[in-house]
Amino acid sequence: MTSQLVPPVEQGQRRSTPLPRSGTKRRSLRHGDRYWAYSLILPTAIGLTVFSIWPAIQTFYFSFTKWGTFGGHEWTGLDNYTQVFHDPELLRSLWNTTIFSVMTLLGIPLSIGLAALLNTKGLRGVGVYRAIYFLPVVTMPAAIALVWKLIYNGDTGILNQFLAVFGIDGPHWLSDPATAIYAVGVVSIWSSLGYNMVLFLAGMQSIPGEFYEAASIDGAGPWRQFFGITMPLLTPTTFFVTVITVINALQAFDLVYLMVGRASPAIRDSETVVYLFYAKGILQGDGGYAAAIAFVLLALILLITALQFRVQKRWVHYE
Amino acid sequence: MTRTYSTTTRSALVVAAGLAVAMTLAGCSGSSGGGGGDASGSPVTISYGVWDDTQAKVMQQIADTFHEAHPDITVKVQVTPWDQYWTKLKTAATGGAAPDVFWMNESNFATYASGGVLANLSDKLDGSDIDMSNYVDIQTEAYTFDGDVYGIPKDIDSIGLWYNKTLFAEAGIPEPTGDWTWDDMVAAAQKLTDPAKGQYGIVAQSAPQQSYYSTIPQTGGQVISDDKKSSGYDTPEAIKGVQLWVDLVNKYKVSPTLQQMTDTDADTWFTSGKAAMIFEGSWAAAEFKEIPYAAENANVAPMPKLDKPGGVSNGLGNVMSAKSEHPDAAWEFLQYLGSKEAETAQADAGIVIPAYKGTADGWVKAFPEFKLQVFVDALENSTQYPSSMNSAAWQDPIELEFNKAWSGELTAEQAAKNAAKIMNDALAAEK
Repeated sequence: MTSQLVPPVEQGQRRSTPLPRSGTKRRSLRHGDRYWAYSLILPTAIGLTVFSIWPAIQTFYFSFTKWGTFGGHEWTGLDNYTQVFHDPELLRSLWNTTIFSVMTLLGIPLSIGLAALLNTKGLRGVGVYRAIYFLPVVTMPAAIALVWKLIYNGDTGILNQFLAVFGIDGPHWLSDPATAIYAVGVVSIWSSLGYNMVLFLAGMQSIPGEFYEAASIDGAGPWRQFFGITMPLLTPTTFFVTVITVINALQAFDLVYLMVGRASPAIRDSETVVYLFYAKGILQGDGGYAAAIAFVLLALILLITALQFRVQKRWVHYE
Repeated sequence: MTRTYSTTTRSALVVAAGLAVAMTLAGCSGSSGGGGGDASGSPVTISYGVWDDTQAKVMQQIADTFHEAHPDITVKVQVTPWDQYWTKLKTAATGGAAPDVFWMNESNFATYASGGVLANLSDKLDGSDIDMSNYVDIQTEAYTFDGDVYGIPKDIDSIGLWYNKTLFAEAGIPEPTGDWTWDDMVAAAQKLTDPAKGQYGIVAQSAPQQSYYSTIPQTGGQVISDDKKSSGYDTPEAIKGVQLWVDLVNKYKVSPTLQQMTDTDADTWFTSGKAAMIFEGSWAAAEFKEIPYAAENANVAPMPKLDKPGGVSNGLGNVMSAKSEHPDAAWEFLQYLGSKEAETAQADAGIVIPAYKGTADGWVKAFPEFKLQVFVDALENSTQYPSSMNSAAWQDPIELEFNKAWSGELTAEQAAKNAAKIMNDALAAEK
């Protein structure tokens, strides 16, 4: 087997933090290797600095300013932050984002279940099923949004037509304030299912077969094996997927923008923090305030992720 | 993947990666292009920024005709879709790289004029081919800021009552005429509403120009005061102008709800024969003509009468960048865009009602299936589209506020009062 150089990186996933691996000892690099290492990471480092790090620093600075319409800005100190913490709209968008994140997390057990089914020995057409579940991952969000909008359409959508068979009068899923965020959440789960599934499959296949053999000799059935061996040994993958899912969910924007939209009566009850950032910064031209929102979100993501890394010690088992 | 790259391969990869970065950086800092100086009369290329794909073809034809008369000036039409046009323009303007000549609308005009992005044309007008009195008056006013002209009116629009003549005939109701009152319209809408068939009398969309901007002037109210310092939404007249629409949806129930109009957009309700009437703009003619069902069944009548005649018109202007590298060439082209010839060309192509007085006939004749004279007549009573120095700060949140009235969460009065507060706060923040 050739050495696996990089973890699989899928389209649409910008951040893929490699898992901390224990046991590998760092050997000092030979001089030539170091030269090559630096020259190979240089392009990415320059790209990151120019397009991510520097803008982030600028955004931080701008969060203390009020923007002129065309360049120019005025230092306003903590004004934006004072306003942010008294903004009912931000609270509401945080609440919406929380609902959305919790929903998306529900997709994780679903992906594990799917991966386990697709990992079953002797299952026919596994390739076809894997392709089917992976398809949404390689589909453009705009296309996904368009199709789901048709499905969810309150008057002509196939979902309500289906419900009508059972005498249920379905709501206008995407424009009813009571359902919109959940409707978007379902699509988010559906479209990330395949990506998570592939990660879990890889995790499951790296579990040594001897464990299962030993377990079955000891008389453990498939369920016992799943909960006694698969789940605990899968926890590093589960942890990784959870971290990434939460970070992505907290930054949700595209599906809300594409599926709900500005004119919808449901927008206030489904706008996420990043959508609010867009509305304030782009639609209403208040760049400084939007920058402050972005930093509140950044702080929140850092906090939650740090918390996850702290708590992981209690439930993640590295072999 | 095994680690068997030869040294040469690896060097090549590094060089390639380095080049890619270098090119990206160069791409960022690249100047807005064009070439050569214009003072000497050597050939120049100027850019013309627009957002509409359909119109872009006609704009290109106009630019080509201009090029024939001015062989040393080439105009490149740049189309940026509406969704990104203003974001891109704002960024470009901030960096001093706006197109030489570009489209402007009334909502954004004051922002750009006061921001020093647009070239002041007042001094250039003397002795030029442009006579501002040739354009519809409200458009000339709309593109004047602090007494100076910053834009040459391009086109204008107005609102009419589009109706489905087949649905009217089936229900045995005479088609709307210029004598119709609002109550006549409501009565007809009630007869045309048939829940069993999923059919509605009218689509009461919440888009400002097609709803409250059109009715508020007719109920004697104002969206924004003449000095553009305060909101008129909290007056009884303005509240009535909003109430009329909310009643169509929530009281008479002759319109799809806001949720229904979000799932299926308002125009589609009308063009698919599921709603018999809609307030829509003159711009819809080109759109409806392309939809076979609408082309066959739609026609248009004046807006029904309220307390007094009125309405608002929105129109585009052609402006030039204050930082254009080729101001002489840009001004030359701008003059041509404002000429009777170029404005008539737009009308004949059936894209818009030109802002040049007396050139609308071509547009009316381009759509023999619709009675488009209605829109041209409506211009007589039209007032300017409501805008201020920073319209974006209040227009967006106010639309959300009125949506609450449409959905029944607030009364029209509450929504209008909230809107007035939002707007007054935003106006006070303008310098």
